[in-house]
Amino acid sequence: MTDITAPPLQGTPKTRSRSLFQLALIRFRRNRAAMAGCVILLLIAMFSFLGPLFVPHTYDQVFPSYVTIPPSLEPRPDASKLQDAIEGVAARARVRLDSFAVEGQSFTATISADEPIDPRATRYFDRANEFRDTKVDSSRDNGRTLMLTGKVDRDYFVFGTDTNGRDLLVRVMLGGQISIAVGLLASLVSLGIGVLYGATSGYVGGRIDNVMMRLVEILYSLPFVFLVVVLVVFFGRSFILIFLVIGAVEWLDMARIVRGQTLALKRREFVGAAEALGLTDWQIIRRHIIPNTIGPVIVFVTVVVPKVILLESFLSFLGLGVQAPLTSWGALISEGANNIQSAPWLLIFPSIFFVTTLFSLNFVGDGLRDALDPKDR
Amino acid sequence: MSFVLRRLASAVPTLFIVVTISFFLMRFAPGGPFNLERPLPPQTMANLMRTYQLDQPLWRQYVTYIGNAVTGDFGPSYVYKDNTVAELIGKGLPYSMELGFYALLLALIGGVLMGTVAALRQNSALDFSVMSLATIGTTVPNFVVGPVLTLVFAISLSLLPAGGWGDGSLRFLILPMIALALPQLAVFARLTRGSMIEALHADHIRTARAYGLPGRVVVVTHAMRGALLPVVSYLAPCAAALLTGSAVVETIFTIPGVGRYFVLGAINRDYTLVMGTVILIAIFVIVFNLVVDILYGLLDPRVRHD
Repeated sequence: MTDITAPPLQGTPKTRSRSLFQLALIRFRRNRAAMAGCVILLLIAMFSFLGPLFVPHTYDQVFPSYVTIPPSLEPRPDASKLQDAIEGVAARARVRLDSFAVEGQSFTATISADEPIDPRATRYFDRANEFRDTKVDSSRDNGRTLMLTGKVDRDYFVFGTDTNGRDLLVRVMLGGQISIAVGLLASLVSLGIGVLYGATSGYVGGRIDNVMMRLVEILYSLPFVFLVVVLVVFFGRSFILIFLVIGAVEWLDMARIVRGQTLALKRREFVGAAEALGLTDWQIIRRHIIPNTIGPVIVFVTVVVPKVILLESFLSFLGLGVQAPLTSWGALISEGANNIQSAPWLLIFPSIFFVTTLFSLNFVGDGLRDALDPKDR
Repeated sequence: MSFVLRRLASAVPTLFIVVTISFFLMRFAPGGPFNLERPLPPQTMANLMRTYQLDQPLWRQYVTYIGNAVTGDFGPSYVYKDNTVAELIGKGLPYSMELGFYALLLALIGGVLMGTVAALRQNSALDFSVMSLATIGTTVPNFVVGPVLTLVFAISLSLLPAGGWGDGSLRFLILPMIALALPQLAVFARLTRGSMIEALHADHIRTARAYGLPGRVVVVTHAMRGALLPVVSYLAPCAAALLTGSAVVETIFTIPGVGRYFVLGAINRDYTLVMGTVILIAIFVIVFNLVVDILYGLLDPRVRHD
């Protein structure tokens, strides 16, 4: 009856079905704050791990002449210092300094004297700490005037230096490496212990479950900071042990969450089927229980990572963290807090990075929770 | 009443387990209170060990310690000579408790007020700013907040003292109080906002509004009561943590409280001092949990302790 003909049907609809993971990913992508958090975290991680490749200084390199200098984009030593230095050199070489200019890492100077100057006078310049590789570029007036070029050692301290004369920029990068590494590794440790413990306790059930959960309750009632402090004092302060210790005390919540999930999963048909097929308890826990708890576990990990970074920094702040010359953001902040009056930049720079990281982790965690939480759908 | 007694009785084994675990953990750590950088002569060491009964077998030390602790004798401090642990704690606790009390008040009142306001104006600019502040409070630790506050208010603006207790006037307490209260204030604000939004959508609130009660009455007397439940249950761990002092805040603001003893004690292997602070914290936690359970019963008639 109508002129409109229906478009020919294609064999299959164009839209493909989406897995739960894809749906979660789409929801996560839509969350602007979470995506921004991801990008910032990536940038901070790159800054911390790749940054040291682009800075000529190392984290334990001490610059005795640049102790506690404020941050500046200008290279050190600055032009007026170099001027003073070269005038001193000229006086020692008994020549007149006609002109002097610094550009980047090299300098040019014109010197003159009443008698022809011995080209070996360049050695006077090399002898000063600031200058090296001084060469005679050209000479005029039968050698009475020499044009010199040479190299100047100039260092950039964009973040300033600390009270020991170490470049704060590199130290903040190193602190980031350690804080991020501790955060991730300790979370993995707590994840491992918590998931295994919770899944076993929940799946085996009965008296064993009772005993295992009672143990968790007892550990909960221990003053938590005390446990960490004693464990750190006990195990020593090496980097590996610190994240093991933190992981070993952060698994309690994880164990509870996984146990709750397991109790629900245990009654599902596929577990019964697996049992009927004759799988052992351990096989069922490994193949059927743990993979199914992964959603809430991922969400919880995003809560644990910032918590762990905070805890590590707290330990470092109390002087129980990694030992010098290694450092972490917490240790740097503590150092900054001690020198707050004379060198506020020591507090400001590490704090900015630390707080930004925690904020981003927070947003990413919220985003993941919204994306993965089935209740929200 | 019988509920209170039963709860107190059940707290005893918990306390006992905490004390036992801490005691042995502490002792298995290498080093001792008298292992200084320059080793003491063996005879001196032996004398010291005998004086403090550290040469006896561990189980006997444990029995002695428990026996003394029950009577309120927590032993001498190994590092702060001439002071018993009870004296040290007695000296430091009033400072920590006063500071902690003000911080608790600030966190509770500020948090509940902000949370309520945010819930009443949900999704407004006000709500957004309250929640941003709450995010800052939970993510920025007090060892950053403390020094930054000092930098701004004490050093740059010279408005307030940078640290110390001084004469105990409020001026000295403001900065440490804020540093201590901010994370807790953030938690209270979040909790209140969440439960308040839920409470405002409840049936009895709609009924109250339908009766034509003024909005203030509805919020303060009807919604608040239900909304405060999660706040009250968080009050226990929060109060215990604030009143027993914070190692970080007391270090930053050089406050002679009890919070530092714990960390100092652990570093110096001052066994008795650490045990004393552990017991102190555990008692605070237990007592406040009990108080909160009682409060809970008063606020929520569905909870009956019998």
